[in-house]
Amino acid sequence: MSTYASLNSPHEVMSATDVRRAIVRIAHEIIERNHGIEGLAIVGLQRGGTWIAEAITKQINEIESSVTVPVGALDVSLHRDDIGIRPVSLGAITDIPFDLTGATVVLVDDVLFTGRTVRAAMEGLNNFGRPRAVQLAVLIDRGHRELPIRPDFVGKNLPTQKDDDVSATSDGVRITAMNASGK
Amino acid sequence: MKHLRSIDELGHSGLLEILQLTDHMTEINQRPVPKVPALRGRTVASLFFEDSTRTRLSFETAAKRLSADTLTFNVSTSSVNKGESLRDTVATITDMGVDAFVVRHKSVGIPWQIEQWTKASIINAGDGAHQHPTQAIVDCYTIREATHTARFDGMQITIVGDIKHSRVARSNIQAFSMLGAKVTLVAPPTLLPPDVSHWPVDVNHHLDEVIPTSDVLYMLRLQSERMSQGHVPTLREYSEQYGLTQKRVARLRDSAIVMHPGPMNRGVEMQIDPSDVKNSLIHRQVANGVSVRMAVLFDLLGSGANLGGQA
Repeated sequence: MSTYASLNSPHEVMSATDVRRAIVRIAHEIIERNHGIEGLAIVGLQRGGTWIAEAITKQINEIESSVTVPVGALDVSLHRDDIGIRPVSLGAITDIPFDLTGATVVLVDDVLFTGRTVRAAMEGLNNFGRPRAVQLAVLIDRGHRELPIRPDFVGKNLPTQKDDDVSATSDGVRITAMNASGK
Repeated sequence: MKHLRSIDELGHSGLLEILQLTDHMTEINQRPVPKVPALRGRTVASLFFEDSTRTRLSFETAAKRLSADTLTFNVSTSSVNKGESLRDTVATITDMGVDAFVVRHKSVGIPWQIEQWTKASIINAGDGAHQHPTQAIVDCYTIREATHTARFDGMQITIVGDIKHSRVARSNIQAFSMLGAKVTLVAPPTLLPPDVSHWPVDVNHHLDEVIPTSDVLYMLRLQSERMSQGHVPTLREYSEQYGLTQKRVARLRDSAIVMHPGPMNRGVEMQIDPSDVKNSLIHRQVANGVSVRMAVLFDLLGSGANLGGQA
């Protein structure tokens, strides 16, 4: 049943090309879902989501040239409910140089897991105004949600064990099984 | 890190980390709503046995912006006046459930003494003429912000005035030299400690000699409240020799920075209005005070190690 062959060594589930294609598709889906890009703003979550947010924004701005969609970065570490478990990643600072009031904000992260990061992000966004709507785009949805959160745009649904490690970069997505009992 | 009582306790890597963490707090303070829930449920007590405006208020502001609760202990209206000892005072406040004490006291070493009576984290907000670590972090952060460099290699920092009574000077000398700056002290012999040969500093008794070569001119307050005997002949003579005058400002390098930890003695060490100095960072020092103290509180109370210790 396992989607990966060997244990304890990284297994590629998306190649660099797959990642690029997923980003292009998500960009198109965002435009389609919102009937254009009017009032759209993209916000990547520090640190894993920022490069994806930038890639999606670049793609959107190439497809639709009527207005330029702004992109920002949000550090959620001080809004988390599990502060102390994850340290603040120094240098990964919030940078949202535009007002979010009335905007449709697409939050972007690399891997959606428990949903706690996204919950923290929604709280953090409120400090920057009241968006008209908030949507969620992720490169990987690996399941195991602990909160009622659902992505609007997904690069790939990836069944995982809870203690697996999933890493997503522009070079591809890799999964490492941490549990020797996985079959 | 459990306590912050001296720059030594923080160490070089700790100092760099706090400076980086402060960048995150500065960003929060620029938001339309400058408040995050990071320290919800934590309580910070300020225990000030000496007067303070900016340190106490900036700690309280910092705690509130991180959603911690604050208790303010006011010596003049407390049971200390009925003879309650420091130990009992600390024990009493500890029993109310506090996670951190911010302590200022006229005696050296009080923050270390208090550690034996409480499980809470202790932040030194000034103990006698010994240490004032958060002020030193604020000053490093302010210089870093103004010069856009994290390392102070080759930077010439001149600290002027009442070194003898200054905990700010002691903490700053350590922190500035940790980051690579060259520190020169300028003061009359009576306002220097008896022996500074083991400090990483040069000493000069003439302000005019070092003005043209200073990158940072750090003015200290003449602490007349601590002066039991005559350390200076007259205030007027002191201010003529060691005060910042228009003439001296004119001889500063174009890029030179002027700082003062406050409160200022106008007409003594500051003979001019700081707003007349092109590169005065005195207001940045106050503004950054809140961000730095947020970083310190978060590091002590929000870090994994400490949370694990309490759970």
